Amino acid sequence: MKYILLIWQTEQTRAALADEDDRAAIMADVGVIMEELQETGELVGGEALADATESKTIRVVDGVTTTTDGPFAEAKEQLAGYLLVETETPERAAEIAARWPDAHYGGAMEVRALMHGSGEEM
Amino acid sequence: VRRQPHVEDLLRPLAPRVLGVLARRHGQWDLCEDAVQEALLAASRQWPDEGVPDNPYGWLLTVATRRLTDHQRADAARRRREEADFAERPGDADRVPAPGEAGTTADEDDALTLLFLCCHPAISSASQLALTLRAVGGLTTDEVAAAFLVPETTMAQRISRAKQRIRAAGVPFRLPPERDRAARLRVVLHVLYLMFNEGYTATSGPALHRTELTTEAIRIARLLHARLPRDGEATGLLALMLLTDARRPARTTADGALVPLDEQDRRRWDAAAIDEGVALVTDALSHAALGPYQLQAAIAAVHDEAPTADATDWPQILALYERLRPLAPDNPMVALSHAVAVAMVAGPQAGLEQLAPLADDPRMAEHHRLDAVRGHLCELAGDPLAAGAHYRAAARRTTSLPERRYLEDRAARLDREPPPTVPC
Repeated sequence: MKYILLIWQTEQTRAALADEDDRAAIMADVGVIMEELQETGELVGGEALADATESKTIRVVDGVTTTTDGPFAEAKEQLAGYLLVETETPERAAEIAARWPDAHYGGAMEVRALMHGSGEEM
Repeated sequence: VRRQPHVEDLLRPLAPRVLGVLARRHGQWDLCEDAVQEALLAASRQWPDEGVPDNPYGWLLTVATRRLTDHQRADAARRRREEADFAERPGDADRVPAPGEAGTTADEDDALTLLFLCCHPAISSASQLALTLRAVGGLTTDEVAAAFLVPETTMAQRISRAKQRIRAAGVPFRLPPERDRAARLRVVLHVLYLMFNEGYTATSGPALHRTELTTEAIRIARLLHARLPRDGEATGLLALMLLTDARRPARTTADGALVPLDEQDRRRWDAAAIDEGVALVTDALSHAALGPYQLQAAIAAVHDEAPTADATDWPQILALYERLRPLAPDNPMVALSHAVAVAMVAGPQAGLEQLAPLADDPRMAEHHRLDAVRGHLCELAGDPLAAGAHYRAAARRTTSLPERRYLEDRAARLDREPPPTVPC
């Protein structure tokens, strides 16, 4: 099964990333996990996202397009990136999420199964 | 690399034969497998432009042998540098086989040996599938990756790790010892079954090339059956694949929506595949020890032989499920299908009672298939409200887009029907 691991960051995670020692430790942890996922062939993809305050939110209501800055100004958590993995079990996907640094620095990892185009007639 | 279809058809059956010969001569089958893969890529690059050589088998063997020797030389050179070791392997590197060399008994054993190796219990089933497709099926890494909808690097890594693990387990290029063979064969059959299902469940759109997996699974199951014609389960699995695949043309609409069995246009089923499957399963049931694949094939045969859905011989199907249950005691999907058969023979309430214990099975309690069957049986029992709720729960739980669409349509259809009469 393929899972997307959404990386939700908080102010606390970003503060840790601003600290040189913490950042080095976080990056080292990330490196270990990424290397493992590459080696097992479980890594399908993943990207980091630019800061949410730099993003635009687009809505079209009654044919009128409105554009606002950022997702939600008051949001405490912002989507900082994602990992795409294919694992044998959902437990394994959750285990990878639990090891990801953001889960340890006040952020959260959201594990969502991906939909696919295969199906069985019932 | 995309190959022309005729080049593919030519290469795939040759791949395991070349690999077999190479592995028997040189040992280190995992290195040989890389060399054969390189030879296949070279062939798919050169043959379409330069034409197919007169002796394709000899060509592949020569090129693969050269690649292997190159690797071994590079390895040896590295070893020399590292440990001042001057031992270099000799080898009959460029020997081209005599034309008659192909198609010997050794070839046939090689294919079997390879299947056992690729389905080694030390590796995950995803890796077993991938490795089997490459080493036995003769697919290139990018073809395997496309079939599983992952990047080529991911697939290459999976295959290389699988081979490392098998090497670490110290497995020689030989058939497993007689005492292990039955258990190992069950794993091989399971891998082929999974390979078939991966392809068969593909519906349309970007997943369509996955249907290649069913073709490969059937081809390898044929190869296995040819080598073990007396094995009832190998025969049963091939029959099950043919009898299931026969329904493929009718199981989806042009836009990839699923058509349930009782609504399929049976004129579109593949009659030749049904005949072949029925003959195989009849033969297996008449002389071999009964097994789960034979029984599932027999059930598929009863469905396939019914001219209309209403004419389905449900008592016969129920009887087959009752023989299958004790042979697959720990398979909740079999229990689920059994409950449907009970409902078709003894009524929906009897089927729902049969389902009750499955709700306590942690593998099934939140499984969309249990919800879907409950929805179906509640619908048959005349409780559209409960049926709709179950269909919607199933739609939320499935990760399949076509299944979700089917289940949501089913629920929406019930919303338009009159209110419930019997509580469910």
